[in-house]
Amino acid sequence: MTWETVIGLEIHTQLATKSKIFSGASTAYGATPNTQACAVDLGLPGVLPVINEEVVRMAAKFGLAIGAEVAPRSVFARKNYFYPDLPKGYQISQYELPIVNEGQLQIEVDDKEKTIAITRAHLEEDAGKSLHEDFQGSSGIDLNRAGTPLLEIVSEPDMRSAKEAVAYMKKMHSLVRYLEISDGNMQEGSFRCDANVSVRPQGQKEFGTRTELKNLNSFKFIEKAINFEIERQIDVLEGGGSVTQETRLYDAEKNETRSMRTKEEANDYRYFPDPDLLPVMIESAFLEQIKTNLPELPDEKKQRFMQQYNLSLYDASTLTSSRELADYFEKTVKASNSEAKLCANWVMGDLTAFLNKNNLEITDSKVSATQLAGILRRITDKTISGKIAKQVFDAIWKGEGDDADTIIEKRGLKQVTDSSAIEKLVDEVITNNPKQLADYKGGKEKLFGFFVGQVMKASKGKANPKQVNELLKQKLL
Amino acid sequence: MHNKTLTELRKALHQREYSSVELTRHFLERIERYGIQLNSFITVTTDIALAQAQIADKCLQSGNAGPLTGIPLTHKDIFCTNGVKTSCGSKMLDNFIAPYNATVVEKCQAAGMVMLGKTNMDEFAMGSSNETSFYGPVKNPWDTQTVPGGSSGGSTASVAAHLTPVATGTDTGGSIRQPAAFCGLTGLKPTYGLVSRYGMIAFASSLDQGGPIGHSAEDIALLLNVMAGFDKRDSTSLEHPQENYTTHLNDSIKGLKIGLPKEYFGEGLDAQVGKQLDVAIKELENAGATLHDIQLPHTYLAVPTYYIIAPAECSSNLSRFDGVRFGHRCDNPQDLMDLYKRSRAEGFGAEVKRRIMIGTYALSAGYYDAYYLKAQQIRRLISNDFTEAFKQVDMIAGPTTPTTAFKMGEKIDDPVTMYLNDIYTNAINLAGLPALSVPAGFVNQHPIGLHLIGNYLKESRLLNVAHQYQQCTDWHKATPPNFV
Repeated sequence: MTWETVIGLEIHTQLATKSKIFSGASTAYGATPNTQACAVDLGLPGVLPVINEEVVRMAAKFGLAIGAEVAPRSVFARKNYFYPDLPKGYQISQYELPIVNEGQLQIEVDDKEKTIAITRAHLEEDAGKSLHEDFQGSSGIDLNRAGTPLLEIVSEPDMRSAKEAVAYMKKMHSLVRYLEISDGNMQEGSFRCDANVSVRPQGQKEFGTRTELKNLNSFKFIEKAINFEIERQIDVLEGGGSVTQETRLYDAEKNETRSMRTKEEANDYRYFPDPDLLPVMIESAFLEQIKTNLPELPDEKKQRFMQQYNLSLYDASTLTSSRELADYFEKTVKASNSEAKLCANWVMGDLTAFLNKNNLEITDSKVSATQLAGILRRITDKTISGKIAKQVFDAIWKGEGDDADTIIEKRGLKQVTDSSAIEKLVDEVITNNPKQLADYKGGKEKLFGFFVGQVMKASKGKANPKQVNELLKQKLL
Repeated sequence: MHNKTLTELRKALHQREYSSVELTRHFLERIERYGIQLNSFITVTTDIALAQAQIADKCLQSGNAGPLTGIPLTHKDIFCTNGVKTSCGSKMLDNFIAPYNATVVEKCQAAGMVMLGKTNMDEFAMGSSNETSFYGPVKNPWDTQTVPGGSSGGSTASVAAHLTPVATGTDTGGSIRQPAAFCGLTGLKPTYGLVSRYGMIAFASSLDQGGPIGHSAEDIALLLNVMAGFDKRDSTSLEHPQENYTTHLNDSIKGLKIGLPKEYFGEGLDAQVGKQLDVAIKELENAGATLHDIQLPHTYLAVPTYYIIAPAECSSNLSRFDGVRFGHRCDNPQDLMDLYKRSRAEGFGAEVKRRIMIGTYALSAGYYDAYYLKAQQIRRLISNDFTEAFKQVDMIAGPTTPTTAFKMGEKIDDPVTMYLNDIYTNAINLAGLPALSVPAGFVNQHPIGLHLIGNYLKESRLLNVAHQYQQCTDWHKATPPNFV
């Protein structure tokens, strides 16, 4: 039987506010445990929450960016459960009336575009952290994270493969960073997701029983966890069993998911509107003001890149995958006065390869957009060939020079365009390779490349390849 | 010294008849003499009181004194006080020293008032008799065999026995007005949101409201001037301009339309209380008010509605008392569940547990719509009753309680009968309206209260009417014979 996978994601993204959602304590990551938890975060008797307006602004910004309805009235509710890292014994979240309703996001998988519907996005506070090591059998609690603002983004079950889920997650990651509402730092837990996964026989309309996978905090893990879970569910079903509705935890070390709790064991959260907080009322003037200040969004940028720079969908998507990368690219095009496609190839090719190899972000690149533009300018005006350009790039990366011109000058990498000099090399190569010449003339036309290679080698790569080609064509006639 | 009004005390302090330290010592001595007998204090803050009195005296000497500078008061032990035990009447918080001041405490301190101590109360403000306190019941100074009412019973007993001139209290379903009525005092529950809830340990957040307790309308108007005001730390606080609640005390009440709901004078009201109340209402008529029969048809639903909403909110509000970060923790917990279960089982008393269970049930999946949601809908109907009534009249009058103070132990094992004692007061909190209780005479030497209910933010008018009533009656000046 062929099985179809159905996936929906719940993404928790930490909003990049300075202070917490309901208190004035700092949200900075990595402080000494419990130094960034004030009376409100500790849930001391008598304290009250007060909404941080910036959180509302960020959520509204997000809503507008995904074409959603930003609710004129949304309500905070209490989700009641006991856990040591949940100081009040309830989490303040939004339940029946979230701040964002019904939006959508475009993803691309295998060069095809697909729209993923977003059910809702709601605001809530994060819990603290339980620390189970170093306390001689007891547990420690760090409440620095308690009260950190989160936006939980819930998708419809619109994804059909782990690959689509990852594409959606990446696109969302890019979007929140474009909007500057989250730093998206996955290692610090600022961007994480739970996945609802089920399978059904191809063609069946009803959904199969789903499981919820928790603790997915990297793109790699999401893909692995979902794929593991799909296989597991198919195995269960093909073995004549049935999938249990449950929450499962992904173990990255063992690459497996295991049961955390079943539906029967699930808490009754006893949601009810939080009487300590008034409904969040959003007026149209507030939204208008946010709308006028929205940055260019990934999809808009992608469309513009395709039109303005004549790039393919793939190139445009890749280059707009992050705001920083797109900015780098545009800066390069502008400064290099070169073909956009040439710039795109370099940014997506050599530059990305160097970044990946050194595990660096585009913002930490050792070759700046201006420096790369300097290299590309010399390719365009034929001062150097593409091959030499790679040497120049490598040299700048290693800090052996500040700009392309200096390095080209210092190392004598300037391309030879003097046709008499090239002609001399061509003649030498032809004279020194009589056998190949005979074979070529006898019909082995593939050997043309051999001659080009030999000439280039003799020129140490500096001969203008176009001139070499033309001269060889004449001489070998 | 202890029989003076706030205005008289102020005058005496300003004219140096005695210092704030002398005044404070006088009250501390009375607390020492009568406090144990009445059990009205959980903590007496002698050192803080004397230190604050000294500061007040300096202000008085240098001419930097406000209207209440140097005047002592007590706080209900539900208000957090920095560095002082704040128990909320519970074993759960017997070891809790608050690390910050409630807004109300801060405001009183800023006004130069002197804190004598923290008064006894029903555990977490849940009770109508002050018998649910971990620190034992408080006695009514008018008859120590009877209860002072609750939950602010420690505050009212202390004021009635002249152990403090005024006190703060809180009112979730009648907890200021009912004990004020039982102790022969004037007590006001302001409009929801007028007094900040920050630092006031929550029982039922949408109903809780702090307010002043004193002998006269004038005294509590002066204290309300200090307590009221917008607080950005409380999201439900009203952005209402600061008022001076004494300005209109002497206004005439001629032409004031007083509504008498037929539901408040029917079955359940003690005949003698009703009779005495008629006399009080007649006084208002004599002073120029006109009387009108009105209806509040959903009155009979107030108590059941209240006993869904208040427990539901309390079940969630009291979740933070889990033995993890502060408060009572059981000995040698075996695991997390054991820690939770035993800490809460040991830390909470029977009434608190009962309400947590009722509330948890009312919010549970499958019951939420039938209980909590339904109760919220009825709450709206109750509120609409008042909106309609205030289209016809300016104020509503009735009894504060159906009976006078009952005997200690009489109702503690019968929660429903106990809850019905708040039949006239619960609805006011559900609607968020201001209301006060004024002493309106005695039935068998036990005080009774006249309940005056105003429209939103009409505290000034309520205090005016109460003050005018107190210009033609002396009930508020009566002192319990054993505490003269």
